[in-house]
Amino acid sequence: MIPQNFDYATPESLEEAFRLLSDPNAKVLAGGQSLIPMMRLRLAAPETLVDLRGVPGLGGIRLEGRTLRVGAMVTHYELESSPLVRKSCPLLAEAAANIGDVQVRNCGTIGGSLAHADPAADYPASLHALEASVRIASPSGERTVSIADFLVDTFTTALEPGELVVEVSVPVEAEGAGVSYQKCVQPASGFAIVGVAARIVKKDGEIAFARIGVTGLSGNAFRATGVEKLLEGTRGDASDIGRAVAGIGDGVDANNDIHASAAYRQHLARVYAARAIVAAVSRAK
Amino acid sequence: MATTTITKTGTLVGKRLKRKEDPRLITGTATYTDDIQLPGMNYASILRSPYAAAKIRGIDISKALEHPGVVAVYTGADVKDVGPVPCGASLPGLRVPHHHILAQDRTYFVGHPVAVVVAADRYIARDALDLVEVDWDPLPAVADPEKAIEAGAPAVHPEWPDNIAFNFHQENGEVDKVFAEAEVVVKQRIISQRLIPCPMETRGVVADYRGGDKTLTIYSSSQIPHLMRNLVAQMLGIADNHLRVVAPEVGGGFGSKLNVYAEEALMGFIAMKTGKPVKWIETRRENFLTTIHGRGHVDYFELAAKKDGTILAMKLKLIQDLGSYHQLLTPAIPTLSVLMMPGIYNFKHIRADIVGVFTNCVPTDAYRGAGRPEATHGIERMVDVLAAELNMDPAEIRLKNFVPNDAFPYATATGLTYDSGNYAAPLHKALEIVDYKSLRAEQKKARAEGRLMGVGISTYGEICAMGPSPATPAGGWESASVRIEPSGKVTVMTGIKPQGQGEETTFSQIVADELGVEMDDVTVLHGDTMVVQYGIGTFGSRATAIGGTALYFALQELKKKVKKFGAMILESDDVSFSGGQCICNRTGRTADLSQIAGASYRAMKLPPDTDPGLVATNFWEPPNFTFPFGAHICVTEVDRDTGAVEIKRYVAVDDCGRIINPMIVEGQVQGGVVQGLGQALYEHGIYDESGQLVTGEFMDYAIPKATMVPWIETDHTVTPSPVNPLGVKGVGEAGTIGASPSIVNSVVDALSPLGVRHLDMPLTPESLWKILEGARA
Repeated sequence: MIPQNFDYATPESLEEAFRLLSDPNAKVLAGGQSLIPMMRLRLAAPETLVDLRGVPGLGGIRLEGRTLRVGAMVTHYELESSPLVRKSCPLLAEAAANIGDVQVRNCGTIGGSLAHADPAADYPASLHALEASVRIASPSGERTVSIADFLVDTFTTALEPGELVVEVSVPVEAEGAGVSYQKCVQPASGFAIVGVAARIVKKDGEIAFARIGVTGLSGNAFRATGVEKLLEGTRGDASDIGRAVAGIGDGVDANNDIHASAAYRQHLARVYAARAIVAAVSRAK
Repeated sequence: MATTTITKTGTLVGKRLKRKEDPRLITGTATYTDDIQLPGMNYASILRSPYAAAKIRGIDISKALEHPGVVAVYTGADVKDVGPVPCGASLPGLRVPHHHILAQDRTYFVGHPVAVVVAADRYIARDALDLVEVDWDPLPAVADPEKAIEAGAPAVHPEWPDNIAFNFHQENGEVDKVFAEAEVVVKQRIISQRLIPCPMETRGVVADYRGGDKTLTIYSSSQIPHLMRNLVAQMLGIADNHLRVVAPEVGGGFGSKLNVYAEEALMGFIAMKTGKPVKWIETRRENFLTTIHGRGHVDYFELAAKKDGTILAMKLKLIQDLGSYHQLLTPAIPTLSVLMMPGIYNFKHIRADIVGVFTNCVPTDAYRGAGRPEATHGIERMVDVLAAELNMDPAEIRLKNFVPNDAFPYATATGLTYDSGNYAAPLHKALEIVDYKSLRAEQKKARAEGRLMGVGISTYGEICAMGPSPATPAGGWESASVRIEPSGKVTVMTGIKPQGQGEETTFSQIVADELGVEMDDVTVLHGDTMVVQYGIGTFGSRATAIGGTALYFALQELKKKVKKFGAMILESDDVSFSGGQCICNRTGRTADLSQIAGASYRAMKLPPDTDPGLVATNFWEPPNFTFPFGAHICVTEVDRDTGAVEIKRYVAVDDCGRIINPMIVEGQVQGGVVQGLGQALYEHGIYDESGQLVTGEFMDYAIPKATMVPWIETDHTVTPSPVNPLGVKGVGEAGTIGASPSIVNSVVDALSPLGVRHLDMPLTPESLWKILEGARA
């Protein structure tokens, strides 16, 4: 790897990090799984890398009431293997386990992934289904935005200059809920050609609550509220699911590249949505 | 899998022994080119054309030269007198572009080297590249070989506006008559797509010039250090004995390092100009763009047959995407496809026409299998197309057409002589392993359930041990020198250059058996032209069949001399040599190898007409190629919803002649199958219409990962080769050659209820989904 020359800073507090990041040519380094490859190709050439690994308070996973709080610097591997996450928010653990490969999961972080906002990233499908929120800090204070507001577009987030993702919050999964994340893997990169996350709560044999998140289909991940509405109140059998997912990509400007045409992605979105919902329904008690 | 402890008792040839090479590889202590650090060494970074075709109006290097730490910048003008990148292949009427090591006034592929910056470290060198200013005039380009030969296509080389580098014709028998009278004729266009070899270690070169004695040393990740020495010495205008080439540890080649590249001469040029050592390590991006690619065929096959399935004749029109110029063997590769086009089937009428086409892409050249995978994919697909046409079982039609066992040596329609074969044996074995009858019953049931299950067979034949010298551009023999040291330990110098094939182990097995020494008593040296006598290298599955045979004959010569010294020590005229000692057949007295070796060098006394020392060298010229074969069976299921292919079972039964180390053979087969699977399902080097490589990174070019590879069941039949005394044939490429047709045949079989007769690789889920959608519509 022969990137352009850069300085490397390891702040030991958020304040120090903010000060370093006030330089417009500085760039945050979290797990480096997207930034470093771009620097290798010189598509990115920051003058200073501000490595957040030494900043206290950005790691750790903790339960606060009915909310699971995940620090921005928590790695995919930590999420995938954490007994707490697996128990209280299994969808997040499942999404993390589907990312890239072991090396990527050992280095990559949830905060870094979100701030990068790759349209084929795995987390957004689950975070939409979980109606997650993202805590953002800046020298002037903090704010919390919903995942829907945070992910603005392809590689574009609600982060303003000088702001950092510090935490992702998801609700503790409802008792008896069934969840699943199903993904069509791009065989070279390991990213999602299409990935669909489903959360299902049943009551008296009917779907009482459905949340569906979709990634990879278009320039930005989204929550498929139309599908959710069609599922709720049904028994969740094959025909219900087929009807519900039929319009999952309606009005969506599907991505079209060498790995999948727009039409195939639209089709895969229906297939993988159905698979995720079937799995979630079968897991729901 | 069990491994045998290395012991002196019994023969080691044929045993599953752990590789001697592995400890240094596994512990990260092997020395690759990038591990070589020399005092005062500079680093080079190469500016490459961003356009597939462009005129260079001018280059301004002044800003780069001013950059702190930059030692020199060279452009095409500086190196115009360095000889061209060599093409070793000769064909009648072949057009050979003069490929300068740096572009002159025109570039003709993305990645074409244009200028080189030499600096104190690799970061400075790379930074300064951005300061070289090139005044480009982009030109229209053509990347598709069929479009390149259409009228009005942009000319890759202005002097040859038709973009045709050569036409090649080969014919045997009465093709037109047989086709005209045939009961059945089937035709199919078959693509063997562009592939990118992707060795784990990219290329790299270190050059070191010692002005005092006018000697240049080039370290390069090469499969052919000796040939490279000769050719680079010519390019640089120096004597071959003033150039030392060292190929250190080579981290995979797959044919991509069976070559001489511009950078090897360029680094030599820089070292001589600057008087300082210089290093260049290819980035992965450069590897994708500038190291040779493989395959690149568009093939039009026709097969003529009787209604009972007897194959009579074959026609092939082969359009070879050569890329923009010839690397070492570029034009020769499709001629290998023609040689092997009949496969292992008994018919005599063939016609082949190759059109070699220039495109604005990096050259194609030898990639694992080199011409044979294309040929095998063609004939093995065509046999299935014929079987489908005649509603015959694909196993049955093969058994019907195999060259019979009593026909060997068998003269093929393409002028080869197959050495030995028992083609039905591996097929029967593979059919038995998969329980073919039950498998077909299971398939019937699956189809009734609406599942798309397929069974694919390929029975491949291939050509190894390249090769007899008259059939090669630079000599096809191999050399070995064996030295028994004064201690009785053994040093082997071999002309081959392993890059993962394990000959340090297999050659030690041969030596240990012949001389009765321990495996660890043997050191195998290779890859250094100052250490090893002239040799050819490792490619074309030749190393053991030819290099191992040269070693065998050197050992026989040496044993004669050992016996002479043994007889002298034992004061006997009746001695034999076995188990590492000479034995007097009358008294039973013994002299061991260390004693004999010591006496031969101390030379207090010498046997009659015998010189001191124990060294023997052999250059072995093979009388023929060898022809391994085998049968692969692949069971697949296609996901109706997504088109994704799942390999449910993979069985490879190979016959590579006598096996020296079964574990290494299995490793070669497994690795080979994985590369064939990559071609069948995932890999495709895609250039867009403007000649940009779209799949220029591992983010977009999919090679199989461990999780994408099925369990591969391997087995063997053994039909020794009569060509060499070891009876070995070669196995480095067999897996790749057998794999792609068995997988594609399996998926075609799975989709055959929908009327599918052929599918082109890679079998991406989307391409299959489109067929499934079409069937649903």
